[in-house]
Amino acid sequence: MIPEIGHFLLIVALGVAVLQFLVPSWGVWKRDARAMAVGQSAAQVQFALVFLSYLCLTWAFVQKDFSVTYVAANSHSDLPLIYRISAVWGAHEGSLLLWMLMLSGWTGAVSVFNRRLPADITATTLAVLGAISIGFLSFMLLTSNPFDRHFPVPADGKDLNPLLQDPGLIIHPPMLYMGYVGFSVAFAFAIAALVSGRLDGAWARWTRPWTTTAWLFLTMGITLGSWWAYHELGWGGWWFWDPVENASFMPWLVGTALIHSLAVTEKRGLLKSWTVLLAIIAFSLSLLGTFLVRSGVLVSVHAFATDPARGVYILGFLAVVLGSAFSLYAWRAPKLKSEGDLAFFSREGLLLLNNVFLVVAAAAVFLGTLYPLFVDALGMGKISVGPPYFNAVFIPLTAPLAVVLGLGMAVGWKRAKFKEVVRQLRWPAALAVVLAIVLPFLWVDGNSFAVFGGVLLGCWVLLTSVHDLWGRVRAKRSLLNGLSSVPRSVWGMTMAHIGLGVWVLGVAFVSLYSVERDVRLAPGESAELHGYQYFLRGVEPVRGPNYDADRGTVEVTRDGTSITILHPEKRLYRAQQSVMTEAAVDESPIRDLYVALGEPFDNGDWSLRMYYKPAMQLVWWGGFIMFFGGILAASDRRYRLAKLAQAPVEADGKVSA
Amino acid sequence: MSPRHWALTLLLALPMLAAAQPPAEEPPLTVQATLDAGQQERYRRLIHELRCLVCQNQTIADSNAPLAQDLRSQVERQIAEGRSDDDIRHYMTARYGDFVLYKPPVQRNTVFLWVGPFLLLLGALAIALRQLLRRRDTAAITPAAAPDPQALQKLLDEDRP
Amino acid sequence: MRFLIPAALLVVLLVFLGIGLTRDPREVPSPLVGKPAPAFDLALLGEPQRYTQDDLKGRPVLVNFWASWCAGCRVEHPLLVKLAGEGVEIIGMDYKDTDEAARQWLQRHGNPYRRVVLDAQGTAGLDWGVYGVPETFVLDANGTIVYKQIGPMTEQAWTEKIRPLLQGQKS
Repeated sequence: MIPEIGHFLLIVALGVAVLQFLVPSWGVWKRDARAMAVGQSAAQVQFALVFLSYLCLTWAFVQKDFSVTYVAANSHSDLPLIYRISAVWGAHEGSLLLWMLMLSGWTGAVSVFNRRLPADITATTLAVLGAISIGFLSFMLLTSNPFDRHFPVPADGKDLNPLLQDPGLIIHPPMLYMGYVGFSVAFAFAIAALVSGRLDGAWARWTRPWTTTAWLFLTMGITLGSWWAYHELGWGGWWFWDPVENASFMPWLVGTALIHSLAVTEKRGLLKSWTVLLAIIAFSLSLLGTFLVRSGVLVSVHAFATDPARGVYILGFLAVVLGSAFSLYAWRAPKLKSEGDLAFFSREGLLLLNNVFLVVAAAAVFLGTLYPLFVDALGMGKISVGPPYFNAVFIPLTAPLAVVLGLGMAVGWKRAKFKEVVRQLRWPAALAVVLAIVLPFLWVDGNSFAVFGGVLLGCWVLLTSVHDLWGRVRAKRSLLNGLSSVPRSVWGMTMAHIGLGVWVLGVAFVSLYSVERDVRLAPGESAELHGYQYFLRGVEPVRGPNYDADRGTVEVTRDGTSITILHPEKRLYRAQQSVMTEAAVDESPIRDLYVALGEPFDNGDWSLRMYYKPAMQLVWWGGFIMFFGGILAASDRRYRLAKLAQAPVEADGKVSA
Repeated sequence: MSPRHWALTLLLALPMLAAAQPPAEEPPLTVQATLDAGQQERYRRLIHELRCLVCQNQTIADSNAPLAQDLRSQVERQIAEGRSDDDIRHYMTARYGDFVLYKPPVQRNTVFLWVGPFLLLLGALAIALRQLLRRRDTAAITPAAAPDPQALQKLLDEDRP
Repeated sequence: MRFLIPAALLVVLLVFLGIGLTRDPREVPSPLVGKPAPAFDLALLGEPQRYTQDDLKGRPVLVNFWASWCAGCRVEHPLLVKLAGEGVEIIGMDYKDTDEAARQWLQRHGNPYRRVVLDAQGTAGLDWGVYGVPETFVLDANGTIVYKQIGPMTEQAWTEKIRPLLQGQKS
């Protein structure tokens, strides 16, 4: 009964979404305030309906209702409760419901927080979000209903894909989807700006916190995904430039560009049509990612079970939503006039360069990801594009970005004096060079042109960010006074940039100085890797709730002292009879020691894969620091006050129709 | 995002449809004991450039599929025999096609792949510079005009550096 | 005008994605098609002499890579037996298998093969670019590979692709 209620709630939600799209649209057209206001209540009702429907599916999982096809395919009576709850988004249908929950959640939030915006802007925004909901709800109801039942009811489920039975995977998809879906809000604002023809500093100020929030979730989602892959896959990799990884990275790059161009649009009233275009593209790339993951057009290690009908549906949806958005853009964007001048050597000038590099980097990822498809479609053969290509192309495209970032920290708005900037930055620059020479020797006991370059850029970003913050603090009477006078948005920006610097350092060290080794060991034997001795003490069978495992005990020593004892596992999940590798990692900010069990040999030997990975943790820390930077920036009181300040305008009726 | 090996798992569940692989009873021992340091370096680089064809999207370095193991030992043997990297790449493409190379060679059907991003960068920089230079000509010093109420302007000024 | 560029690019992208939906990205054509069969020199099952690529010349043949441990091979097996009954010459390449297992398997399921070549180490498989059994190569009378079937042989592949190729050979 409960699954039928969930299904029914989705159908009602679709009806409400149609209202949410049509009534406010009509209201904007006819300038009818009451019709425009319908958007708010529709958005909130829709959220309630989807949320309840989501609870229904969760209930079916918790209760082990294997008469529901989706539950039977993705759960098992031995599956621990926490994984039964997270199994809701473990495959295509349920993850779509999670996506829909996020979308209705974001829409609900817009309807609550945007009450003080001009009525027509809110109405248009909610109508656009309603249109997107219609697309996803009908997609789910027509091709991917998670509530479908089947008879006869199987005695037990097929179990959740064992790869997903990991704490990292519990929160990774929701974070990622929050980010993907969050860009729909910036998209809806962009459409509202095009429809109303009004795009000013206030518009940019409304859009900024929403964009930053989506971005911070996406940052966290990508970081967690990478962290999970590193621990779960047993080959020590953390980024593979897989199509599906790229599908999340492209909106991230464009979203980052959008955050920066929004700053220019807000402060200087410039780059208006460009900012709107970025907002549309960021969401387009989110939708494209959905298409790539669920249609099967590309070979990916992450892809969902695919079905051509779904691909056709999403393609049609892309054509309708993006086709209308880009047509509207072509028609209305010429009317968005930027005010004022854009000097090359100014913060806005450098931010424009930032946008150039970020967007070209995103375009390069796009090209590399879809190139095999293009070549195949043109009948020019089958090729692969993988990590060697992306590393070769991506690094030269983004390295200048780090240089520009550091400069931008010292360059003011409107116009700056080159000499003055050089004078300010000579100490950070000199220190960065010294660190780039010294740090690699301390950290990885060596230096090379590549690692010198990487560390130089990382330190440059770090030091210029800290230097900029210090400059702001020093201007005040006391340290405390100075620190508290720095606005949260500036803290956020500084944190995000520091996160980037830390991340660059980590990437430079770990990608250039990792050491790996495959060995065959009998219990009691040891192997050496980068000064560490790995002793295989033994491998014992252990029994988990729904799997049987071989659990290795590997003691790592250095110069005779024990450093750590690691327990890599090879698990056989009983229901699906699939083997999973659980790597064991001894983590520290300096280095990771990583061991994964390979295959057993007939005589009791084991093959082991061992890694020494310097500064791996900095990659995760970089992501987390960026995430917290995003939180600080998005929660700046300026955005909340801006909404209050907007209120009288609306009351005057000057802006609202 | 969903899981690595996801589709591979599916294939394992449906062996009828999958191109079968022999059971992994005896993984060949690849410890590269025969290679010197420079050769090991080349070995590492090459196995990270070659695609495992039976896997979804993995290099032969990252996969434990029997074919990946065979190809790894093939790479190892050929390096030990003194073959060059290009010889080995050619050996692979002669059997499996360009699909096996994760780093596609520059050739007729990949020219745009390699040149495209840099052309795009030049184009984008040209547009950006034209924008920056053209504006300067017509530049009068205009205030950061926005039809905002004064209260907003104040807030804006508040965090100007 | 320049504001139309994004829309134009979108249209191009959608067309490509649409074409992409009709293609299978996992289907990798063999570079060996159009080339002579790779060299090998291997023992035969139950026969004393060796077998080489030269023995494949002189008439069109199917070269089928299979193994007793391979599930897909059982799927295609009845079709192979049927084709052999119709007079199609099929050479079996027993890939990474043992003589004993192969013999038992053929006894149980029937033997469609004119000869069974023992590729116990998988070396021939490597040279032929086999990446998973079953795979079937179609050779013309000159010993040139004219087609490769990846995965189990199907009735459809036989009637639509392979038989026309072989008939073209004979005439």
